[in-house]
Amino acid sequence: MGGTLKKKYESGSVTNYITRNKARKKLQLSLPDFRRLCILKGIYPREPKNKKKVNKGSTAPRTFYLLKDIRFLLHEPIVRKFREYKIFVRKLKRAYGRTEYSTVGRLKDNKPAYKLDHIVKERYPSFIDALRDIDDALCMCFLFSTFARTGKCHVQTIQLCRRLTVEWMNYVIASRALRKVFISIKGIYYQAEVMGQIITWLVPYQFSHDHPTDVDYRVMATFTELYTTLLGFVNFRLYHSLNLVYPPKLDVKSESGLNEEDVDDYAMSSESYLEKLSALSTTLAQVVSSTEDEEAELDKFPVEEEDVAKLEAREEEQKQQEIEKKLFEGLKIFLNREVPRESLAFLIRCFGGQVSWDRSVCIGSTYNVTDETITHQIVDRPNIDKQYINRYYVQPQWLYDCVNAKILLPVEDYFLGVTLPPHLSPFVEEKDGDYVPPEKLKIMALQRGEKPVRAQEEEEEEEEEDDSEEEEEEEEDEDEDKVEEKSLKKMEEQRSQGNSLPVKVTAGKVKVDNLERLEQEEKAEEKRLAIMMMKKREKYLYDKIMFGKKRKIREANKLTAKRKAHDDAEKSSKKKTRK
Amino acid sequence: MEESSSSMRSSEQKEEMKKVSEKTVKKRSKEEEDAEPDEVFNFKCTEKEEEEEDVTDSEDSVFSGLEDSLSDSADDDDDDDDDEDQKVEPEQTPQVKEGAAQEDEYKQDSSDEEDIRNTVGNIPMEWYKDFPHIGYNLDGKKIYKPIRNKDELDEFLDKMEDPNYWRTVHDKQTGSDIVLSDEQVELVKRLQRGQFGDVNFNEYQPQVEFFSEDLMIHPVTNRPADKRSFIPSLIEKEKVSKLVHAIKMGWIKPRRTEDASRGSYYDLWANEDSSILANHKMHLPAPKIPLPGHQESYNPPPEYLFTDEERALWEQQDVSDRKLPFVPRKFSSLRQVPSFPRFLHERFERCLDLYLCPRQRKMRVNVNPDDLIPKLPKPKDLQPFPTTQSLVYRGHSGLVRSISVSPSGQWLASGSDDGSVRFWEVCSSRCMRTVQVGGAVKSIAWNPNPLVSLLAVAQDSVVLILSPSLADRQVLLSTEQLLSDQWEAESAEEEGPVKWINLEGEELSQGIRIKIQHPKAVHQVTWHAKGDYLASVMPDHSSHLQVFIHQVSRRRSQNPFRKSKGLVQCVSFHPVRPYFFVGTQRSVRIYNLVKQEMTKKLQANSKWISSMAVHPGGDHVICGSYDCRLSWFDLDLSTKPYKMLRHHKKAVRGVAYHRLYPLFASASDDGSVIVCHGTVYSDLLQNPLIVPVKVLRGHVITHDLGVLDVTFHPTQPWIFSSGADGTIRLFT
Repeated sequence: MGGTLKKKYESGSVTNYITRNKARKKLQLSLPDFRRLCILKGIYPREPKNKKKVNKGSTAPRTFYLLKDIRFLLHEPIVRKFREYKIFVRKLKRAYGRTEYSTVGRLKDNKPAYKLDHIVKERYPSFIDALRDIDDALCMCFLFSTFARTGKCHVQTIQLCRRLTVEWMNYVIASRALRKVFISIKGIYYQAEVMGQIITWLVPYQFSHDHPTDVDYRVMATFTELYTTLLGFVNFRLYHSLNLVYPPKLDVKSESGLNEEDVDDYAMSSESYLEKLSALSTTLAQVVSSTEDEEAELDKFPVEEEDVAKLEAREEEQKQQEIEKKLFEGLKIFLNREVPRESLAFLIRCFGGQVSWDRSVCIGSTYNVTDETITHQIVDRPNIDKQYINRYYVQPQWLYDCVNAKILLPVEDYFLGVTLPPHLSPFVEEKDGDYVPPEKLKIMALQRGEKPVRAQEEEEEEEEEDDSEEEEEEEEDEDEDKVEEKSLKKMEEQRSQGNSLPVKVTAGKVKVDNLERLEQEEKAEEKRLAIMMMKKREKYLYDKIMFGKKRKIREANKLTAKRKAHDDAEKSSKKKTRK
Repeated sequence: MEESSSSMRSSEQKEEMKKVSEKTVKKRSKEEEDAEPDEVFNFKCTEKEEEEEDVTDSEDSVFSGLEDSLSDSADDDDDDDDDEDQKVEPEQTPQVKEGAAQEDEYKQDSSDEEDIRNTVGNIPMEWYKDFPHIGYNLDGKKIYKPIRNKDELDEFLDKMEDPNYWRTVHDKQTGSDIVLSDEQVELVKRLQRGQFGDVNFNEYQPQVEFFSEDLMIHPVTNRPADKRSFIPSLIEKEKVSKLVHAIKMGWIKPRRTEDASRGSYYDLWANEDSSILANHKMHLPAPKIPLPGHQESYNPPPEYLFTDEERALWEQQDVSDRKLPFVPRKFSSLRQVPSFPRFLHERFERCLDLYLCPRQRKMRVNVNPDDLIPKLPKPKDLQPFPTTQSLVYRGHSGLVRSISVSPSGQWLASGSDDGSVRFWEVCSSRCMRTVQVGGAVKSIAWNPNPLVSLLAVAQDSVVLILSPSLADRQVLLSTEQLLSDQWEAESAEEEGPVKWINLEGEELSQGIRIKIQHPKAVHQVTWHAKGDYLASVMPDHSSHLQVFIHQVSRRRSQNPFRKSKGLVQCVSFHPVRPYFFVGTQRSVRIYNLVKQEMTKKLQANSKWISSMAVHPGGDHVICGSYDCRLSWFDLDLSTKPYKMLRHHKKAVRGVAYHRLYPLFASASDDGSVIVCHGTVYSDLLQNPLIVPVKVLRGHVITHDLGVLDVTFHPTQPWIFSSGADGTIRLFT
């Protein structure tokens, strides 16, 4: 035993981690400031591989940060700004205490402010990184833009959020990037594909929030601060990628047209401009006005034979996508006042449709209800007084389902006052073995170009047959109405005859050894024996996997059974009502 | 203003002017209070004076404006002054009012003018109720009540007859009735209506606007302007210079213009460089929010909605246990969808997750479960091995503890708890002989020497050696010879704890030849491969007399161990070499019988060894244990098991090797016999190959016991198993 004794917990993984309190002390920040810094800089705790080693032998629950991360925070210029702000608050308090209001005013004018540009650049070194992480930013901005302009947070923040989200939606329209929509009980999910990145965001319904008390708005505000900066830069870049003017401007031609109509109704101001933008009904101005749509055609390279098929497949896909992007092209849609205007206008414009609404609902309507060329009117009420013959009156779910199915679905299921078919989530991708709801199968059949009507008709025919039989019986019953008991007896007899099988003795059959079955059994036995020979660890893993699989199957079976029970109940109730 | 006031100045309204003057008095400040009130209404001032006043006023205003904008402390002082003024004023006003009141009292409301015929004063007149008088006049004489008081009747008569009754008032003080005059009645009526008593009083006089928007030519006060209003203020100058200095020094920053940079964006990623990317190696991006499934839809398919039971379960569950964080709901149309009450919470929780939740990189194993199953040779290729049950040997009434097959393979002996040993013909399942031994048979073993036909039976504390005489003549002869040899040599020694007894009479006729009396109950007997030595086990924790080795030819017994090394479960001889295997509770010890020392100790890694079998080659041992395991030892490899097999669900009762084929089997309480293929290679580098080939079932589990013993046919790939249900089964 030569040399000095090694002390415990002075080398190894313990040196890579630091507890939160220590980190805070090292940075000389208060806890709220530390939190803010962590949020802005994107520093998060890490779970060490061996917690006991890092925690110096104790198993107490503690959060650990990487020491490297904390060192990285030491040189952050924003930390200085935090301190300045602290001093500013102190001075302000003092001035208020002394009722020196001129000092207060002076201090307020010189309130320290900070920018987050460098942090955004640092956290997202490339644009694609930023796009990849924009989901949360979008969700948060859409939420904040629905807040009332009182209380909870600064009005400027809300306005900024609104502006940014409107810009984002306009971009998605201009690039036709929307892929999927889903109306959930929480809000409306949208999924867009921007520069190859799949971006999903959730927009709450347009209701006022009852603000819960157990939510810390400071944390949310800090996040929003970062997210607005991020989203602004992303928007700028995206607009420029499409050759659009960045603080978005409406196209001059359409704008002039709008002006003529709306000048009387609305005062023109900067705010109304945003409102017009948020109407989503007009195209945006471009930096270089290009009249022709530049369709990016795939360049043809001299390729080897193997790649030809791939290339063709890609071309096919591209074509298909182009068609899908023009889903609503040629449709002229009018929105009634009771439907969610913004969501639907966004949707329709994303797929190239024309959309308008009542002038009193929102700025930016382009045509009236009385327009004869309207093809669809979106209605969400049980009935409507004045109906035009040459247009369909459909419920809003039709549009959403069409987008998800990527084809124009038959409108019959979505007519005024009709019970709607279930709205399915487009995000679920069923693997084999999973439960697929029958509606999904129907839509898939439609996508393949089959007509699913036949099956229904058959069912109906069967039902009709049943009905006719029953009717006949009923007629008989009517004939013998006077002697009710007799008829009842007869019916019972009939029933008993129908139910009980006649007793028969059939000749015994020679059991033929089913070769296939034997083989299968043999294989099953082989497998069982092999499983016995598994190592302990592998066996554990195998059992776990098999358990998961079995549970999945069980759940799928449960859903199927539930559906069947529901359908049966519905059928029987239908029959009853018919009788 | 002047015109109006002059026009209104009439004799009647002098009083009003007075009132107005009072008002102004109230409003004036303390200093102005000193001035005479008459001056206020000195409308006859010369124009010059007024002009002067105006000038001073304007000067004042200029200075005051300066003061406001430049000085802070001065403001404060002024404020303080104002406060004082305001405080003082209320004190002043009451005095003024009192003064006015006093004047009035003595002029009009004096009590002298009161009707003072009665001097008692303003007292309740009931006090004089019991007296004949009602007070005193000015001279101090009593005023008597009227002689005859009016009673009800008089009252009534007055009411009916007197036309002035309604305007008659009773004066309690004098006790006389007064008839009111017309004017008085009118006054009363006016008062009742809430009007002024004076008819001529005009309630709606036009108000005189004193401070109006009209420019007056005369000043309101005649006070000369202060000196300080003519000279620039020193204090202000000081303050201004301080501010100028502060601005010069940069202590006070000029007001910042509205920061336009907030919300102005530019191309942040104009020059992306990959150098920063290197810093992000350790970064673990946060997982995205999982996408919603069908059940979150506002109009989900009916199967995704909760039934009542599911809903009740959901409500009972803890929040963290719930599979879904919400209850699926169905709305018939989009307009009926309400806002989600927990939307803000969920967003907030996501925020918390992003900055508070510790992150760790987890490798998700994505394994095809079929890949985990080891690739084994097909059992078909490993034939022959027993596959089907072909014969059942019935006859025992108790559970069959032990079975043994004769070395020729023609006979099967079985010992049961019903106290009998039965001999069966293997091929026909016929019971050839039954020997009653008078107690439960624990163990039974056929002598492996094919030249003799002997059977060792362990029953309670004796080991019986039977000669079943189920063999050809030659074998019987040699057996007889062996037994008679014993007879000659036996007489020499008869010491020790073990007694050899030759049997005669009835027992001899049954075939029981020798009885070896042990001090304790014997659990197992086993033969050496040559057939001359016999080992018996008496498990006992404390004693060293646990194992005996008997030599049949010389009728000798010896105890090989001096010390107890744990509870001995089973023993076995090495088939070729002079080794002796002793299975204790946890381990197997191997003794060299020639050198008389322990050569190896095998750790079984199981709780309690139940049985043991040695490979016919002698280099491999299998041990069954009560904790469901079967351990295979490769003696050349290690003292640890080469392989642990956990095939059985319950305790393993018996294990066996086949003598010729590479097969071994284990019997267990779960009623199954598992036959495994175990090839042992002569090449030392190659490990034995162990493949389970067949699970044989047939025995019925009785009293939680299944198969008790298992043994292979010496030449055929057949296996016998005996069970707790009293049957023996043959699988071929």
